[in-house]
Amino acid sequence: MDFLHFGVGRWVHIMAGVMWVGLLYYFNFVHAAAMKDAQGDGGAQAIARHVAPRALFYFRWAAVVTWLAGMWILGDKVDEAFLFKERAYVPIGVGAWLGTIMFVNVWAIIWPNQRKILGLAPASADEVSRARRVTFLASRLNVVLSMPMLFFMSASGGLFRTAVFG
Amino acid sequence: MKNPLDSLTGTVLCGLALTAVLYYLVLRLMGG
Repeated sequence: MDFLHFGVGRWVHIMAGVMWVGLLYYFNFVHAAAMKDAQGDGGAQAIARHVAPRALFYFRWAAVVTWLAGMWILGDKVDEAFLFKERAYVPIGVGAWLGTIMFVNVWAIIWPNQRKILGLAPASADEVSRARRVTFLASRLNVVLSMPMLFFMSASGGLFRTAVFG
Repeated sequence: MKNPLDSLTGTVLCGLALTAVLYYLVLRLMGG
């Protein structure tokens, strides 16, 4: 049972997390700049139509799998982590809080605004323009949060925690 | 004042700064 819970659970958590954060970095480090350049030669529409929806699909669902797998791994230690009840669970608790804020950011802010940008939800030109700015900043905020989140996640287990936090 | 999140460099620097601040706070919280 431990193998399934910690072995498979952590494996799934990390795989989905790589996809989620990888696509987050793709959007921020590659996609945004590419879209700006592609406006000039008419390629932007093709990227917006064929690349963005697919990338967003895997982005938001990878976030769900990552978060659910994370909660599953924590199991009955969820309150120890989120409420910092036990010293050993403080680093993973901070990582879990940051990951949860990022997850809510994806589903409550980024995706509803992306729906307006992609034309999947009705919106006026002004609303689309505002949605672009909100999505951009929310996505950049998730890049900021991802850095300490990955630090605390990767430094929260066994030898690593002792080395980093004493 | 320019929003640091408008540039990738500013975004990464904000991430590093937040990591350092949280690391310090967690060390204090853990009594290190």
